Amino acid sequence: MYSPQIILEAALNGLMTGAVYALIALGLTLIYGVLHIINFAHGALLTCAMFAVWIAWAWLGMDPYLAILPLVPLMFVLGYGLQRFVIGPASHGDDGNILLVTLGLSIVLENVLLAVFQSDTRTLDTDYSFQVVALGPLLLSYPRLIGLGVAVVVTGLLWLVLNRTDTGKAIRAVAKEKLGANLVGIDVPHVYAVTFGLGCACLAVAAGLLMPTFYVNPRIGGAFVLVAFTVVVLGGMGSLPGALLGGLFIGVVESLCGLFLGDSLGQIGIFLIFIAVLLVRPTGLFGAKA
Amino acid sequence: MLAVEGVSKRFGGLMAVNNASLSLQPGGIVGLIGPNGAGKTTLFSMISGFVAPSDGRIRFEGTDITGEEPHRRAELGIGRTFQIVQPFAGLTVCENIAVGAYLRHAKRADATAKAREVARRVGLGTELDRPAGGLTVAGRKRLELARALATEPTLLLLDEVLAGLNPSEIRDILPVIRGIRDEGVTILMIEHVMQAVMNLCERVYVLAQGRMIAEGPPAVVCADARVIEAYLGHGAAARLKAEGAAHG
Amino acid sequence: MTVRDLIPIAVLILLAALLPLVVTSSPVLNFLVFMLIVALGAQGWNILGGFGGQFSFGHAAFFGTGAYVTAILQTRYGINAWAGLVLATAAGAAVGWVIGFLSFRSGLRGSYFALVTLAFAEVFRILANAASFTGGAAGLLIKLDVRPANLQFDDRAVFYWLVLALVAAVLLLTRWIQRSRFGAQLVAVRENEDAAKALGVNSLKVKLRAIALSGGVTALSGCLYAQYFLYIDANIAYGSWISVELLLAPIIGGVGTVFGPVVGALTLHGLGELAKQFAGRIPGIDLIVFGGVLVLAVAFARGGILGLLERLRDRGRGMVTRGPKEVSHAGR
Repeated sequence: MYSPQIILEAALNGLMTGAVYALIALGLTLIYGVLHIINFAHGALLTCAMFAVWIAWAWLGMDPYLAILPLVPLMFVLGYGLQRFVIGPASHGDDGNILLVTLGLSIVLENVLLAVFQSDTRTLDTDYSFQVVALGPLLLSYPRLIGLGVAVVVTGLLWLVLNRTDTGKAIRAVAKEKLGANLVGIDVPHVYAVTFGLGCACLAVAAGLLMPTFYVNPRIGGAFVLVAFTVVVLGGMGSLPGALLGGLFIGVVESLCGLFLGDSLGQIGIFLIFIAVLLVRPTGLFGAKA
Repeated sequence: MLAVEGVSKRFGGLMAVNNASLSLQPGGIVGLIGPNGAGKTTLFSMISGFVAPSDGRIRFEGTDITGEEPHRRAELGIGRTFQIVQPFAGLTVCENIAVGAYLRHAKRADATAKAREVARRVGLGTELDRPAGGLTVAGRKRLELARALATEPTLLLLDEVLAGLNPSEIRDILPVIRGIRDEGVTILMIEHVMQAVMNLCERVYVLAQGRMIAEGPPAVVCADARVIEAYLGHGAAARLKAEGAAHG
Repeated sequence: MTVRDLIPIAVLILLAALLPLVVTSSPVLNFLVFMLIVALGAQGWNILGGFGGQFSFGHAAFFGTGAYVTAILQTRYGINAWAGLVLATAAGAAVGWVIGFLSFRSGLRGSYFALVTLAFAEVFRILANAASFTGGAAGLLIKLDVRPANLQFDDRAVFYWLVLALVAAVLLLTRWIQRSRFGAQLVAVRENEDAAKALGVNSLKVKLRAIALSGGVTALSGCLYAQYFLYIDANIAYGSWISVELLLAPIIGGVGTVFGPVVGALTLHGLGELAKQFAGRIPGIDLIVFGGVLVLAVAFARGGILGLLERLRDRGRGMVTRGPKEVSHAGR
């Protein structure tokens, strides 16, 4: 049996990992909510961002948190370009095609990284990588705590962008009624690309938060992408608060499954939830429109 | 042969169809008319099994089919067309119709022969090998009709087969519909083109805001004050009468 | 099916059967066998994805099941490999039916179906990787005992012919599907499910039949893989690489056509080998080519290579018949 303290610690740890899942899922759900597509390249794009953080640290000596600042606009531009000039034109507006094109992109990105960086696993270390914060009897990882805070702030910021800015209103208009938005003069391909860019920018933040305590190799995105899909499906496709809650929930589930079932089976809980939610309630647990 | 008994359908707070009933005897063409949004297509979808009624029952040739799947109803002899035509775009005209024909003919040769025969009947005999996606609107309407016919229904539900056609195309297709009736198929049709309704239907039902408000021969129904009000708004019948009196 | 339907299949298979008489190098034969195994699995994917329009991103679930069933039956229960082949195929069909029942009953389609199949494959991979019954992370080794009765041959060419014969059988099966009531109904469901239902098509039954057939064929390919290489582990048998390959081949070759998966597998692996020859030891170079080809195929060649060829042929014919007319127009 496990003591309550171990279980609580595992749950809190899961909560903090979940915050990063939430960030990744945030990008995915935003793209889904507006473009109504499942971006299969999301994991590979995350891997790109993680390598970028690693390069900034290894070659330029930049702190991973600091690296987020230049990386956010960079990833935005990458995402904008991919949607505008590759995914959009190549898929002719057909859902099945988009799925295939983003799958193709993810294969290319992943293997280009493999060709450049080989399959070695890389880590970076900072002064705070292993720092802990004592909360009563519990010891919490400092960088993960920061991750939790930033994830909540970014969700809030994204919500503000969507609800308080003109660009955000245009995005929501396109999400609700593409044809109508087009009729009132909104440049739909531009809005699509901006949304895709925003989704990728979320990945830049996630990458910066992950790297102090995690590692990167060319295949790492695959591990996250299914988790992110699960979060998105669980939270309701396209719902931002759903993604945040779903991410935190999945983090806890994974952590507890890992504790009780061991590392090799830990992830299975996630996929079983994923399958169950898809089969029973494809609109997600946290509401969202049917 | 068909009895719709007190059927209702609720979508959230909206009562799309409210306690509607109708009954059909074998043979003949019956119209289902009503203003836009009256619930006609919803009623059709309930008869063909695509929408489950919230309340009421549907009987077909004496048996209760309320809970049956759409494909079972097709097997029992209920064919339908869709208001928004839905061709299998990747298939040829002949292959499209054959999908319907396969319901009663398991062999490819038999199904294809049946498809060709039906195609000729609806005037698609020369288009058999064209891709269905390349047909004109009128052609697609005929295809919709042909596919349903190929299932050899005893009851055929036609959802606005004339909508979107020009007057000469309508003139061409009316004899086709009459021909189907003459072969003994009972037809229930939703139609907006009143001239065609008057011309084809022996009897019409009028649905307005989900309720069945009138029933009878077309000429009688069209003079019914409730029907005029349903189409033209409250008080319209009285106004028309007054105007008629003033001019007379 | 008519004789005319069978001729192209017969010609292709006979030509392919002559290859081992010319090619005797082991690496080349290995490559050919592996390619044929992928082609066979891809033919399975094509039944569900191509004809049925249900894109699975997790056909590894069937491939791996086929591989594991035959390996476990032989190593743990001493069951004959040929019987294992049959049972593996049946197991794949059963797994297909169950996954199909769960997802189609819930009305999953499109991206949702793709995701749920992917998740099933991952669950199998994790389980096979963790359970001791499946050999865990160490995988399973089928004992080397070269006897035809054990489905092991000292000549690689024999195995090549065996796989080729099965590819031929599935080509015939696919051609039969194309010409049958089941096939017509399956394509109708792909094109428009509601319209198909209105015409009396039991869409659930049709889709279940398709996924069971599809799972069976792909499991057969997984079983052959295990039998040829005599070793499997969870990341080989249930890995996402095989899901991707099985879907790429038909899409590149011509989705929903009889020859598409075979043409696609040949093209992909041909290109992959070429890339390896040119780029040398760069890891993942073949996959970069695969991904690029996939994007290009979706962007410029719907219907894959076969679709492209057909369009070229039509254009060629069109020029012959249309030519004179245009001239006379110009003359006026």
